[in-house]
This record gives sequence, structure tokens and C-alpha cells, in this order.
Amino acid sequence: MTGETTELTLPSQIDTVATAAAAVAEFVGREGISDDAAFGIDMAVREAVTNAVLHGNRQDEGKVVEIILKSSPDAVEISVHDQGPGFNPEEVPDPTAQENLLKASGRGIFFMRSFMDEVYWSIRPGGGTTVRMLKRR
Amino acid sequence: MAELNINERQAGDVTVLDMSGKITIGEGSVALRTAIRRLLEEGKKRILLNLAGVGYIDSSGIGELVSSYTAIGKDGGQLKLLNLTQKLQDLLTITKLLTVFDVYESEAEALNSFK
Repeated sequence: MTGETTELTLPSQIDTVATAAAAVAEFVGREGISDDAAFGIDMAVREAVTNAVLHGNRQDEGKVVEIILKSSPDAVEISVHDQGPGFNPEEVPDPTAQENLLKASGRGIFFMRSFMDEVYWSIRPGGGTTVRMLKRR
Repeated sequence: MAELNINERQAGDVTVLDMSGKITIGEGSVALRTAIRRLLEEGKKRILLNLAGVGYIDSSGIGELVSSYTAIGKDGGQLKLLNLTQKLQDLLTITKLLTVFDVYESEAEALNSFK
């Protein structure tokens, strides 16, 4: 099945990570994505939603996380939008640099970039950050 | 059922934690942190994590493994890993953490390495 779009609006809480992952698993299942690709998409979505809940919305119950899942004949695209102040992904330290190896955090963006074919961040008009991730078929 | 199940057993002076489930943000990561803190409070500083049953880990879980490793090291102890699944091994490879952790496929070998 291709050409499908699914939209989710979820609260800014940790449980949202599992809810989003379950919805994405169903979506990629319908799309006939390979197991390996599905694993990578699952990892990337969990990290993107974790970032949106914790760092973007800071678990503010008045803010939501929006997730848009789209499929095309060439790829699946997943966008995760938060209502936070935004950040510069280029300023996030490389977690594989020797001096950062023993840090307890900072690997989420690295996983998103590792497991997806394309990852872009943008600031939306009206506020909030959107991360758009593409996995080619 | 809990997200992460941890069973503790003693092999000489090494404490083995047999883990199964997921080490992910929230319950799984907290369960690991709590278990390690309790062992350190009990003076158990030689710890082997048997990860054979851990089928999934995220960046939070990997961060928790790193935190455990540094906390135990600061306390004069050692943390080693046993029976990584292929996925976990892949994640530790790309994050370059296989260069940090002492990893074993045989429990006997792992236990001997503490001596």
C-alpha cells in the first residue's frame, strides 16, 4: 500500500514514545517495509519522539507532539513536530568522539541519522521544531 | 509484565544480572539504574550483565549502560557485558562503545576475567 498519510497528536509524556512506536510499526507493516528497515525506522522514531517530549516540549502537558507518516512509491517519510524553542543540530556534539564516549546522553540524533536515509530539522512558522526523516524503499 | 526483568545471582564474588526485555527510556532504564545502585550500596562491585534476553535498547538504555559502567568504575568495581544480541552489538559498534565495554560470549570466560 502506498500514498497513505497518517497523523497523530500525542501528549508530551514518556508513554508517548511507545504509543508512537506502535503506530509507526503498524504503518510500516502495512507498507511492506523490510524487517531491517523497520527496525531502523522504529529506533529513529523513538529517538525523535523522545527528543520532542523531553527537550522540545519539556514534558509540558499543555504542549503536544504531532507525528505525520507518509508513504510514496519510493520512500516512507516521518515528521515529528514539537512546540519547543528549537535547537541547532549542528551544535550537538559527536557522541562517537573519544571525549564524549562516556557521556550518558547525546546519542539520539546520531541514531536518527544512522538509521534513516535523510534527516532534516526545521523551525515551523508559529513555533516549534519539525524533524523530517526519510527511509527509501 | 515489567518492561525489563532482572534476575540476580551470585557466581563467586561476581554478581550476575540476567536481564530480559527492553532497556528503553522510562521503566527499563530506571530498572537498570535502580538495580546497579542497590548492588553498589550492598558493596557488590563486580557485576556481569547478561544481556542475552535484551532484544531492544534505545539511546537512553545505552546511556544507562554507560552511566552504570562509570558509576561502578568510580566505586572501584568492574562492569562487564555478556551475550549481546546482534542488534545490541551493532549499536555498540556504531557508537564506538565496544571499545569501552569488556564484552564476552562465554559466561565462564567472563567470570574468569574478573580475577
